[in-house]
Amino acid sequence: MSKLEDYSPIVGESIVEELFLLGRKLEGKVIQNINSTAVGGGVAEILARILPLLKQLNVQARWDVIKGNEKFFMITKKLHNGLHGIKVDIDHDEFNYLLEVNRENVEYLSSFGDIVFIHDPQPIALIEQKSKIGKKWIWRCHIDFTTPEKEIWEFLKKFIEMYDSAVFSAPAFLRPLSIPQILISPSIDPLSDKNRYLPEAVLNEVCEKYHINREKPIITQISRFDYLKDPLGVIKAYRLAREHVDCQLILAGGGATDDPEGRKVLEEVQAESAQDSDIHVLFLPPASDVEVNALQRVSNVILQKSLKEGFGLTVAEALWKSKAVIASAVGGIPLQITHKYSGILTHTIEGTAYWIKQLLNEPEYAARLGANGKEHIKNNFLITRHIRDYLLLFLSLYNQDDIVYL
Amino acid sequence: MINSFYFYTRLNLVELLGIKARNVIELLKGIKEAPDASIYHHTHHFLQQHISLSPEPPNDFAFWTANSLGLDKLSERLASVDTVKFGRIKDLREKFIATLEAYLKEAPDQNINCPEGEEFHFMSCQTFVLPTPYKANNLQEFYDIVQKVSINSIYFHIFEARLRLEREGNDFSLWFESIGEKKLAKSLSRIDPYTMTLEGLRKKIVQLVGKNVKA
Repeated sequence: MSKLEDYSPIVGESIVEELFLLGRKLEGKVIQNINSTAVGGGVAEILARILPLLKQLNVQARWDVIKGNEKFFMITKKLHNGLHGIKVDIDHDEFNYLLEVNRENVEYLSSFGDIVFIHDPQPIALIEQKSKIGKKWIWRCHIDFTTPEKEIWEFLKKFIEMYDSAVFSAPAFLRPLSIPQILISPSIDPLSDKNRYLPEAVLNEVCEKYHINREKPIITQISRFDYLKDPLGVIKAYRLAREHVDCQLILAGGGATDDPEGRKVLEEVQAESAQDSDIHVLFLPPASDVEVNALQRVSNVILQKSLKEGFGLTVAEALWKSKAVIASAVGGIPLQITHKYSGILTHTIEGTAYWIKQLLNEPEYAARLGANGKEHIKNNFLITRHIRDYLLLFLSLYNQDDIVYL
Repeated sequence: MINSFYFYTRLNLVELLGIKARNVIELLKGIKEAPDASIYHHTHHFLQQHISLSPEPPNDFAFWTANSLGLDKLSERLASVDTVKFGRIKDLREKFIATLEAYLKEAPDQNINCPEGEEFHFMSCQTFVLPTPYKANNLQEFYDIVQKVSINSIYFHIFEARLRLEREGNDFSLWFESIGEKKLAKSLSRIDPYTMTLEGLRKKIVQLVGKNVKA
């Protein structure tokens, strides 16, 4: 487990010192995080990293996972897609079932912290019990909220407005709400297995394991198998680029326990790529962080061609490794990439193919983009900044002035 | 009695206001209506985002008008608003309003909408100020501390203290003056801190103070 002091050589001692100063102001408060999955997906990943570090600051942070069956997760997947603006059929019985499961979970959870920090829509209706339970409540949305389906938004809105604050990852997700809306970008952990330095021997080992030829330029997209990540669009862009530059494509990712749709997408991608031995489709089991790290590090160009995106942490991961990234200008990605300065933002398959060729042909330019990208991630998207924002968020619940003297 | 300098730091929590603009007229309306903390945020947060290297113009209004509206001339005018000359946010806001109004008068047909998804979102910030463990009793100690204190502390004493807390000048210059270092105070006050990165500013301060310490 990482110690806070281990981050000093990366972000500077004074930044870590500030976290301790803030942590002292929250002594005695219990922060209870609640989400719907303990493994897989960005939310579980970041909670698993942040909570031990909060504890080192003497902030008592807990993490509870709500219980739900396959039916519940099918419904929450519809909510997820609906928030992304995809047309979904969801009926009253399903809304009611979601509420029923939330109510059952209130009984199961039994005790609540001073601050109840709810992540994403699955446990959103726990707030119904706020008048009985008391405490401060925050709702954290990790999803792209740009064009939510009206019916789903209306359903969620009545719960969101019962919270003390709502937290979003990017300004574009802003909706008219009667409660304060806070902007907190997620982050990556530079000391995690997914992001730490790896020796050359490990990179070679991973490439051998997946039959990847390091002599041929590598384009990679790391993401779970989901229509919204557009893996089929990635294959098209690769094929267009390959008409002029020799390269291979890696599509690698896992699946979260709350995402039943993933299997279907994986099958389609496998079928599409079956005839091309230069396309490596890798369905990675949980705990493949070192493999993901290695695949990113051996890549020449990294793609994130999402149609919709929450924040797109894989972009930050790639930039942290000084990689040239081509990504869609959706969700939180434009916060991470300034076009042609710290990466490339594209809007189409053709545009993506054009930039793949450019970056493979101009490795010096690609390296410059990667170096600027790393600097930007260091200043804005590492876990230490994330912890600082959470500590400020918790303090803001008890201090409402514009300028607060602690 | 020793006149010590106590280093404070400040950390911001960013709030989304729910006001957005698609064109210059809506941007102008937003600038007129947004709270002071919002004008402050949009003219200062770039300093904290790009500590060592800045690819963007010095305020969000200039960045957005160039990148999302393609209005380079207006963007340049907004970027050249000399923030360092303003002692109050109210006056800074008036300057942006005047610049936008003048532009709309000159080019009323340029009120085009940005592409969908690239709207300007007005934000604000809540500022938390807290003491650090560092205290300088003389210039030598100041010199040692300023090299290692958080970049947020330097930001607080140079930018926040002057414009947001409406103090006369930056905190460092005020203290230099109070300990008889009038020339040093004047040299630091002359610098336009908006035209350099925060780490560049730290280097400049270290350099200026270093000369006086060695002397």
